[in-house]
Amino acid sequence: MEIALSVNGREVVRDVAPQELLLDFLRDSLNLTGAKRSCDVQVCGACTVLVDGLPVSSCCYLAAQAAGTEVTTIEGLAERAEFAPLDEAFTRHAALQCGFCTPGMLLTVSSLLASGELESEEQIKRNLSGNLCRCTGYRGIVEAVADLAGVG
Amino acid sequence: MTTTLREPATRTQIGRSQPRRDAREKLRGQAQFVGDILVPRMLHGKVLRSPIAHGRIVSIDTSAAEQVPGVVCVLTGADLRDIDPYYGHAIKDRPILAIDKVRFHGEQVAAVAAETAAAAAAAVEAIAVEYEELPVVATVGDAIADGAPLVTDRPTKPGLFHGLGELPPRDGNVCYRYALDRGELEALFARADIVVEGEYTFPSVYQYAMETHTVIAQVEGDEITLWATCQHPFLVRAEIADLFGVPVANVRIQVPYLGGGFGSKSYTKMEPLTVALARKAGRPVRIQNRVGESMVTTRRHNMTCRMKTAATADGRLLARDVECLFDTGAYADNGPRVVATAGDAAPGPYRWAAYRVDASCVYTNLAPAGSYRAFGATHLQWIGESQVDEVARRAGLDPLEVRRANLLTPGEEVRAGGKPLDADLIGDIEKVAAAVGWGEERRPHVGRGVSVGLLAAGAHPVSSAVCRLEADGRVVVLVATTEMGQGPRTAFAQIAAEEIGVDPEQVTVRGADTRFTPYDRSTGASRSTTIAGLAVQRAAADIRAQLDRIAEASGIEPDDRLALMRSHFGFAGGELIGRGEVSPVGTGSYAEGPVFWEVCVGAAEVAVDPDTGFVHVRRTATAADVGRAINPQLVERQDEGATLQGLGNALFEEMVYEDGLLLNDTLLDYRVPSFEDLPDEMTCVIVENEDGPGPYGAKGCGEGALAAVPAAVVNALADAGVPMTELPLTPERVWRRIQDLKEEGKWQQ
Repeated sequence: MEIALSVNGREVVRDVAPQELLLDFLRDSLNLTGAKRSCDVQVCGACTVLVDGLPVSSCCYLAAQAAGTEVTTIEGLAERAEFAPLDEAFTRHAALQCGFCTPGMLLTVSSLLASGELESEEQIKRNLSGNLCRCTGYRGIVEAVADLAGVG
Repeated sequence: MTTTLREPATRTQIGRSQPRRDAREKLRGQAQFVGDILVPRMLHGKVLRSPIAHGRIVSIDTSAAEQVPGVVCVLTGADLRDIDPYYGHAIKDRPILAIDKVRFHGEQVAAVAAETAAAAAAAVEAIAVEYEELPVVATVGDAIADGAPLVTDRPTKPGLFHGLGELPPRDGNVCYRYALDRGELEALFARADIVVEGEYTFPSVYQYAMETHTVIAQVEGDEITLWATCQHPFLVRAEIADLFGVPVANVRIQVPYLGGGFGSKSYTKMEPLTVALARKAGRPVRIQNRVGESMVTTRRHNMTCRMKTAATADGRLLARDVECLFDTGAYADNGPRVVATAGDAAPGPYRWAAYRVDASCVYTNLAPAGSYRAFGATHLQWIGESQVDEVARRAGLDPLEVRRANLLTPGEEVRAGGKPLDADLIGDIEKVAAAVGWGEERRPHVGRGVSVGLLAAGAHPVSSAVCRLEADGRVVVLVATTEMGQGPRTAFAQIAAEEIGVDPEQVTVRGADTRFTPYDRSTGASRSTTIAGLAVQRAAADIRAQLDRIAEASGIEPDDRLALMRSHFGFAGGELIGRGEVSPVGTGSYAEGPVFWEVCVGAAEVAVDPDTGFVHVRRTATAADVGRAINPQLVERQDEGATLQGLGNALFEEMVYEDGLLLNDTLLDYRVPSFEDLPDEMTCVIVENEDGPGPYGAKGCGEGALAAVPAAVVNALADAGVPMTELPLTPERVWRRIQDLKEEGKWQQ
């Protein structure tokens, strides 16, 4: 089936299989490999992308569902003005190690910053708990996000 | 090799928390992992795995699978008759694909290479295998029982890198034993005032590197090329060369960034099967595990242990007796080394008059178990340290006092013939205890605990590095250390910059490509900054020495690198090559094992809810006793990451098996720590006594906290009134223990 959508601000029209996952579509058809495959069951958040500004797990989301939407991946976020403070804060706090969770983490953070849902450290921890990180122990990420959200 | 190192007073790059060199790429999603690499004509590989724990393969019918459109080939054990298909760096006991028998739930039985992932998956479904089920050896108890079925009936064949002297023949299902015995144990127990004893169990744990094992293999004649998620590319290279009968130099392994390792990508994992499949397909093939597949590729050993500790009435530790059985699953993987390291960790770093350790590595019909961060120490430290705390309770002493009185001090022998203690353990525990409020008034159901241990670190000290000073004045460091998040590229850039006298921004550190990068034994055992870092330091100092010689001969300023290069080569080209090597020759730190003792010191404060059994971690503290922190921020982040993994291991992580079948093979029901599991306060105390054998007195870190934290949590929970002998400390388990304590009249409200 043919779908039309916007990916990182560019119009895309492609044939997809009905069962094709958004994650595979982005990685294999569009070569946008910033979204990562890990748990396959919508637990870890490594595959997070934004669909119309909201985070979704692209491993459990059909490409066909994204027809007519605006999809943002890390490659698109990195081109936007709002990326600079994220970049600076995550670098300064060493809020990344292996980097496998990092793109999904940044997309979730950017969406939550935009919606103002990171108003306390408790809220940061709760609202980011759908993105796992096995390396950092989370503290650097909490510090970076608290800085970005003006918390504490 | 002569090296002239800078005086401490003039160091400018060391001890600075410089930003990670890989942050830019990783934050933009540009960092390349194996799964992001596309090789022309690459096929998708998919593995058929055993649905049963133990059985004879009666037949495999691949005819329907071969007819699936897009399928290029189906590989079974029958395709491996031209080679000896058994591998394993410790014991060559593992076939590339099951031959005649399957020995664990999830074992590789067949593999498909196809044009698309969907075709490969459909073909795997179409393979028909008939099994005749065999009795399952589901526990170590089953395995050592009289008349137990043998998991493997092949004689023990040592692997290339077992590193454990002469391996004894297999004894039933016991594939390796490590024993220590010194002093008059029985006599000491007979006259001890206090004897603490117990039986303990530790669960099977999944490392969960977020990037699953992923390998691309290409076979062209006798040239084998791999892109692999491996921590030890040079050891994998040797095993692949050995398996497929080609010279080691014909095996090229490229390792891009790794999405976490933690030991799960140490030694050889999915590489042999991917090579075998690519060999049959005649085209490059990629195999990418799913999470459930990586769980059964390697895991942390579950273990049972009986331990006994003897002490005097005034809290002097006398003797310890330890017997433990490690479940290594169907194949040894790194089990023998895990067991030896556990054996070394079992007594704990105390001044014993006697101890006996009997640690066995036992085959069962579970998935193979191998390395996971701080192996051995994590298994044993919580047990030994809970007994030291019990001694303190019975002697009416503060646990810190008992440790001050009994801990080894720097220079004392830790293990006969090994490196003497190179750390100030008493100073370390006092620091972490203070950080969790030791001595402050305590509320009901809140407890505090400390723990201390040592981990033999550094692995085999063989590393080499090359520095290239390019004609534009920039420096490239070639070193095969795998960047899996721990930050070696950043640390090495700082070290090279320091020695050559350039800005770290001018230094690029490349990862492993075994065709071009010089040899490094492995990335693990907290060895990279200490050992590979020393090779980098020597290579960079070699460049500096060459520049100084050119300066002296030419009269040009020693820091004007471009003019020096131009003067030396006579044009705007050429490059200076610096070489650095570390090997276990001569005397001193690198000749005696271990290279250094990694310190495992931590403290915790927990609160337990008596109504639910839920354990809330209020504070943790760990000591990163690193000698010298090259990059303090990265040191802290290592300890914080290890702390969270330690909390997962202590509180809820467990691979649940029933009759040899793994029941929780997804992250839906295998839970790892999330943001919400952060302790209220988490402190990392960096201790810098410049007592390490690495650059500037550095020694490794990053594993110790994982051994220390579960032990500190167990002790804190006992301090809150709930002594536990089984991990993880799930609410149900803790609640049941509280009910038992109530029945026994031992529960303090």
